[in-house]
Amino acid sequence: MHTNKKIIKIAIRDALFKLAPQHQIHNPIMFTVYIVSILTTGLFLQAVFSKGDAPANYIFAVSLCLWFTLLFANFAEAMAEGRGKAQAESLKKSRRDIQAKKLSKASRTAKITLVESNELHAGDLVLVEAGDFIPSDGIVIEGVASLNESAITGESAPVIRESGGDRNSVTGGTQVLSDWLIISITANPGETFLDTMIALVEGAKRKKTPNELALTILLTALTLIFLFVCVSLLPFSIYSSIASGTGKVVSITTLVALFVCLAPTTIGGLLSAIGIAGMDRMIQANIIATSGRAVEAAGDIDTLILDKTGTITLGNRQATEFIPAADVTITELADAAQLASLADETPEGRSIVILAKEKYGLRGRSIEELGASFIPFTAETRMSGANLPGRQIRKGAAEAIEAYVKQFSGTIPEFVKKNIETIARKGGTPLVVAEGAKILGVIHLKDIIKGGIRERFARLREMGIKTIMVTGDNPLSAAAIAAEAGVDDFLATATPENKLSLIRRLQAQGHLVAMTGDGTNDAPALAQADVAVAMNTGTQAAKEAGNLIDLDSNPTKIIEVVEIGKQLLMTRGALTTFSIANDIAKYFAIIPAAFAATYPELNALNIMHLATPESAILSAMIFNAIIIIFLIPLALLGVKYKPTTAAKLLRINVLVYGLGGLIVPFIGIKLIDLLLTLI
Amino acid sequence: MTLTGIGQILFYLFILLLCVKPLGWYMAKVYRGKYIGLKFLLHPLEKWIYRFCNIRPHQEMHWQQYLFAFLFFNLFGLLLVYALQRLQFYLPLNPQAFPNVPPDLAFNTAASFITNTDWQAYSGESTLSYFTQTTALTVQNFLSAASGMALLIAFIRGITRQNTKDIGNFWVDTIRGILYILLPLALAFSIILTSQGVIQNYKPYEKIHLLQPTTQTEQIIPMGPAASQIAIKQLGTNGGGFFAANSAHPFENPTSTTNFLEMLALLLIPAALCYTYGALVKDKRQGWAILLAMLLIFIPCAGLDYYAEQSKNPQLTSLNLHTNKNMEGKEIRIGVANSSLWATATTASSNGSVNAMLDSFTPLGGLIPLILLHLGGAIFGGVGSGLYQMLLMIIITVFVAGLMVGRTPEYLGKKIEPFEMKMACCAVLITPFIVLLLTAITTLTTSITGTHGFTQILYTFSSMVNNNGSSLQGLDVNTPFYNVLGGIAMLIGRFWIAIPILAIAGSLSQKKNIPATSGTLPTHTLLFILLLISIIIALGALTFFPALALGPIVEHLLFWGNNAHQ
Repeated sequence: MHTNKKIIKIAIRDALFKLAPQHQIHNPIMFTVYIVSILTTGLFLQAVFSKGDAPANYIFAVSLCLWFTLLFANFAEAMAEGRGKAQAESLKKSRRDIQAKKLSKASRTAKITLVESNELHAGDLVLVEAGDFIPSDGIVIEGVASLNESAITGESAPVIRESGGDRNSVTGGTQVLSDWLIISITANPGETFLDTMIALVEGAKRKKTPNELALTILLTALTLIFLFVCVSLLPFSIYSSIASGTGKVVSITTLVALFVCLAPTTIGGLLSAIGIAGMDRMIQANIIATSGRAVEAAGDIDTLILDKTGTITLGNRQATEFIPAADVTITELADAAQLASLADETPEGRSIVILAKEKYGLRGRSIEELGASFIPFTAETRMSGANLPGRQIRKGAAEAIEAYVKQFSGTIPEFVKKNIETIARKGGTPLVVAEGAKILGVIHLKDIIKGGIRERFARLREMGIKTIMVTGDNPLSAAAIAAEAGVDDFLATATPENKLSLIRRLQAQGHLVAMTGDGTNDAPALAQADVAVAMNTGTQAAKEAGNLIDLDSNPTKIIEVVEIGKQLLMTRGALTTFSIANDIAKYFAIIPAAFAATYPELNALNIMHLATPESAILSAMIFNAIIIIFLIPLALLGVKYKPTTAAKLLRINVLVYGLGGLIVPFIGIKLIDLLLTLI
Repeated sequence: MTLTGIGQILFYLFILLLCVKPLGWYMAKVYRGKYIGLKFLLHPLEKWIYRFCNIRPHQEMHWQQYLFAFLFFNLFGLLLVYALQRLQFYLPLNPQAFPNVPPDLAFNTAASFITNTDWQAYSGESTLSYFTQTTALTVQNFLSAASGMALLIAFIRGITRQNTKDIGNFWVDTIRGILYILLPLALAFSIILTSQGVIQNYKPYEKIHLLQPTTQTEQIIPMGPAASQIAIKQLGTNGGGFFAANSAHPFENPTSTTNFLEMLALLLIPAALCYTYGALVKDKRQGWAILLAMLLIFIPCAGLDYYAEQSKNPQLTSLNLHTNKNMEGKEIRIGVANSSLWATATTASSNGSVNAMLDSFTPLGGLIPLILLHLGGAIFGGVGSGLYQMLLMIIITVFVAGLMVGRTPEYLGKKIEPFEMKMACCAVLITPFIVLLLTAITTLTTSITGTHGFTQILYTFSSMVNNNGSSLQGLDVNTPFYNVLGGIAMLIGRFWIAIPILAIAGSLSQKKNIPATSGTLPTHTLLFILLLISIIIALGALTFFPALALGPIVEHLLFWGNNAHQ
């Protein structure tokens, strides 16, 4: 709450600063309001010092409304920026000047020169040791270390960074907790990840996105049309004053009031706030968008490519069932399987121990007490197991075990073979357990689908988004998992090449594709995808190829990204509709008021029965200004988004913002008029 | 309103809707290059024209080339029509020996006929020779209508094609439109008209002795090849009558049959093109949705106009003259229902022919045609041009609605991006701008006074800029001021809009088609249609609401408030 108050305080100050013309000119709609505000203020001064266009106090009230309209719009933008600014402040703290240990060559013993971090250029080599801050973005070329990346991710758990592989990238501003690294710097001064992030949250680098640009064009066109309308009303009014014989011509002040009420100032004033708030929502979700374009594109996505492991399934397979051979009891199998896995530290191995314990009451025993020795898994034997006195227990893939029992002239019985096939067909992994020449049975290892993911895919389908699962598994298991998770399609035995060609094929059909990735081998596909979310834990190559970076490295988050993108567009659309729908009521308030002096008969159009022409015009103007303030929360939070079909979304939004926009101003203007009459 | 009157309006709509599908289907075939029925007759002629004019029918054009062909073709037409009028005294078929048309009027008329406006500052029977009427005006009625349809077809190609800059061949589209659609329809229609008594001859004007001589004993009866021109003026949304009284003249519109058929012809092609559109984009629902949107605006307008004209005139009541309907300016043989229906149809479509004098309509009865003009001719509108203006409105609606469903707006698989928006805005901005500008200039300089005078000025420019051509005849517009300004206004109203239309076509044709999913905004639902109607009204009517308030609306209030200023 305290920070909110502070943001508001700063926003009020900024709203005043933003009245500078060089700032106003960026928004064509509000710039026209700016011009007419100056004009009206001039008219007021004229009315004070000589004969005016209208009574001075009336012009004063109108110009006050105009300036407040501008201030409110500025305030909305400042509020949106405020949240980002607070975040930028804390980021800036991590960008302190760091003394970097620059190395002359890639060796720990090489000569060290101390330089300021902002003097480092791409290609420089630096050494960082425990307690040091990483001076700039780079790639680890030597060493392994644990890092605290909380300055960037907000997550304080240490992470491992090492040379080679997919965990070799480091970010400037993070701290080394233990060990040392040699880093090759990849960013020039001012271009680091931290710099980009600060610029993004401050909104300084914000460029108009295509949709925002198209909307600005439409709104500018509407503003121009209403400008013609109001300017042409002056000659029309002069003519009519003669035609009616009353000789009363409408005042320029009133025409200005009409113009500002008709021009889409509500959406115009909130437009940049909506865009900034959209980026801000991404940042709240711990996602860095390299451009606003990517945020918008996320809303357009109609195909989502998801890695199976980690996104759809939990990372590891788990034992779910023991299926003994014909002459073996299930407890015997469970016991043997547990013995073979006691020292197996892989998640699969541990899950076997747990299953045996939970289902068959077999407590885990200490391998030393049994006098057993553990046979670890090797790529050569493709089995693991344990040697107990007099017993040799092995578990492994069917082919590996078949080869193993062969040396004792054993074979896999038909019954077990059938079970192996059944498990494979269901998408599971069969592990065969053998003791010597005897096959004891099969362990069913299963991919565990993440909870709630099926429902999520169903919602995506309703939104018109197709999900495609990508996995290195064979087609049979892939199909089984795909069916269980409820994805629309899958790519089995995936390689980086066929992943890339899948994206290209989809794009050629006109689809917009989103994907996540972290490895260097994902980079080509990430670069090809329309929306690419790179994991922050991923390699530099992946991060550079992606247009969004997920600081939490959570592959499921791409679904939220899509929703944030949609929400951004919807907020713009809803407020545009609202703004245009408002015009009807404003016409009925102002037209009779403006021309009642010329044609008293036009009072028939005063269907709201507003008290006087002045109060009618002021009520419309006050409503026009105040509605901006009322809509700021909506602009910042975005309209409510429920994943559903486009047809349903349209129905809801037209009802709320279209019909609402039609009715609300009638009530609002009438209420303000009543209040004005009381004063 | 009488039951017979309402029945007639409903019967008219029924017959119109019956014609939509067969004609729309036929036109879709023609523009796909598949000729039905008429092939053996007209295909050799078509091929001969291509050879004669050195047109390579299979060579497609980019949008700039298409635009250039369109502009060049019309510029040539403008110069030709101008020259024929300026030289008519020396040319044949001028039995009344009409002098050459003055330059300002000749320019206005030439601009009027190439733009499919058919605004008539001249009076046909006392200004133009038969040669001018047939070779200049009737020919342009065909050409302007066919080139409007060609533009529409190019626009549709922009929507349906992908990854190409080609949007068709202007010459082929225009020639096919004339040969296979307009010529056969006009030929059949003019034969029917002649059978009903519409004249078609080249005789000198006849002198007739009056049966009941007053101060005069004889009257001059104009003659001429009327039927051939009337058929196309109704079918091609042109509206330029052979005689000054247009279809109120018994030689143009002699019987109730001709009245019905001419009225049917007003909306026939614009309505059927909706079906053609659906067929060409391979989603018939889109065409029906557009037609429904048009009808949902048209029917209330027709009803309201009929209601306004069927009510009594309070000004006459105050003079103790009791009437139950407004018959001033209407033909007794045509009646109120058919006059008001015609007025609505002629202003909805950008035709502009009349069978009653619009200036004598009640303020409310005159407000409806004026509002229809302000809707930018998107409700039926001119042949081709009406539908492409409607498609502009759809693009804007899709944009607003598309944002509301959280996607980059797309229409029939094509993304609507800043370029399309810029072009659509250029097109919709220009009409209100020119109308308001010219009306403002005129109100400041005119000698006309009175509330209705304002309505007349506003109507005049609204009609010309929107390429309608109907007028409130009380205003004398055959002056160099109106002729020159109006001529320019008509040219801008037609050609300024053609540029963004073709630019959008060219941009859309290069885009990929995005397959539709449940996340795609459906553009055939009732909700979308209602939204479309709201946008059309917001852009068209809201812009002119203040002007209308000072014109027909206040006239209406004065009319019923027994407080006329004029």
